[in-house]
Amino acid sequence: MQMHDAAEPLLRVRGLRRLYGRRVAIDEVSFDLWPGEVLAVVGESGSGKTTLLHSIAGHHAPDAGSVSFNAREHGHVDLYSMPEGRRRALARTDLGFVHQNAADGLRMNVSAGANVVERLMSLGQHNYGNLRAQAAEWLERVEIDPLRMDDTPLTFSGGMRQRLQIARNLITLPRLMFLDEPTSGLDVSVQARLLDLLRQLTRQLGLAAVLVTHDLAVARLLAHRMIVMQKGRVVESGLTDQVLDDPEHAYSQLLVSSVLPT
Amino acid sequence: MSTAPARDSHVNFAYLDEHTKRMIRRAILKAVCIPGYQVAFGSREMPLPYGWGTGGIQVTAALLGPRDVLKVIDQGSDDTVNAVNIRRFFQRTAGVEVTTRTQRADVIQTRHRIPETPLREGQIIVYQVPVPEPMQRLEPREAETRKLHGLAEYGLMHVKLYEDIARLGHIATTYDYPVLVNDRYVMAPSPIPKFDNPKMHMNPALQIFGAGREKRIYAVPPYTPVESLAFEDHPFSVQKWDHPCALCGATDSFLDEVITDDRGTRMFVCSDSDYCNTRQERRQNEAVPDKENIHADA
Repeated sequence: MQMHDAAEPLLRVRGLRRLYGRRVAIDEVSFDLWPGEVLAVVGESGSGKTTLLHSIAGHHAPDAGSVSFNAREHGHVDLYSMPEGRRRALARTDLGFVHQNAADGLRMNVSAGANVVERLMSLGQHNYGNLRAQAAEWLERVEIDPLRMDDTPLTFSGGMRQRLQIARNLITLPRLMFLDEPTSGLDVSVQARLLDLLRQLTRQLGLAAVLVTHDLAVARLLAHRMIVMQKGRVVESGLTDQVLDDPEHAYSQLLVSSVLPT
Repeated sequence: MSTAPARDSHVNFAYLDEHTKRMIRRAILKAVCIPGYQVAFGSREMPLPYGWGTGGIQVTAALLGPRDVLKVIDQGSDDTVNAVNIRRFFQRTAGVEVTTRTQRADVIQTRHRIPETPLREGQIIVYQVPVPEPMQRLEPREAETRKLHGLAEYGLMHVKLYEDIARLGHIATTYDYPVLVNDRYVMAPSPIPKFDNPKMHMNPALQIFGAGREKRIYAVPPYTPVESLAFEDHPFSVQKWDHPCALCGATDSFLDEVITDDRGTRMFVCSDSDYCNTRQERRQNEAVPDKENIHADA
């Protein structure tokens, strides 16, 4: 856990609701996320996990409820009452977002190095040598050979693209990462390496994360706490082990019992 | 130059109707008020194809008065196809006086160059712009690029320059080199060579950019700072040549490479034909001692 302001949650979500037309995507979602904590959001496909993630990451304004983030400089601020420019600046510095589909989070036709340092350039760092050194360092940290720095992500494998996305986000040392099914579509051994890397980085950097997944094994490995969603509502929340070993809600029981025996 | 074509009395002065000219002038005024900002305007069909200067020609039509003197250049030259035709167009539709002399012109319409002769106060230079959005190649969504301009989020521009250095070892963008106008808006200076970028900075003349197909007008008012983007350790620099101009001997002008036979013989000459001709004439005059000049030097 981080030392600073541990008395206050990093993210405070209250009564969140989002509608698509008349259909309710998420409703009455409330939770706190503490510094350094990893929260998994699980539930079946269509239960509102990704919608929730976009709403709390500042991408889509909710129809009701509030999302407040404990920003490094300003203390708790409501994401959707601040001007758009500040919200985007915050998203580029204090927050990170890893997309399920790497092509959504990367610039596929520019080099890996440029992808990694884009945030720094937008913050006004314009020394090519320094930028390059930092790109090499971060590629190494996510286990990509720095020799691949000038290749575009188009030439990268699925696992490398996900790791590149992570490096691109972590370069500003954000305090909170949003991960949308980061391991789906990867084969099992690559998944394991990525999970290992994520666990290591969140520990090292004291990073908090909200992790959306339908894979309970991923949740068990990475998350401290989890919430279970069904039809847009949170049906159960608690410590990961507690929810997975002793699920209370009928749906959670179904979810846990649906895991194939290994 | 051949004899001027007669003014065609069947069309309104300078081709466009007065309402259209007023609309374009309003867009120009707004563009001057917000240096570097792309103002949308109702671009009209013009009797020449897109990509040949439909934006520039509309701006010029809205600006010209009956007593103005017009100069039109294409790649620095007064006598290439685009320049000849646009000049003829305004002779026929407006009956204005035309010139090749940079200093004499009130309005200069240009494709891809800024004249070597420094512009002065009161002159207007009109650029023909094919792609007004400097970020278009990296961010094709226009709603997004407008937002980036609005919030002054210009990290993308350096992504482009970074890519140049990563691939080629230096910033290889040689024309349409992006600039920051008045410390606020990033602007595409139209496909002028980067050699001309420093001329835009604090220029005493009014600079107006017209993009017909994209329906945008933007401007750099007189004496406005214009900074070419770069990295601290890869600063902006302009092209240099090993040769002087083969015709006039200039060492300070933008040179075109001209291939003179099929065995690879080539020569380098000024791209600005007016500048080159003026220098050649002065050279000839100096060869014959000129009383007035001697008098002036004494």
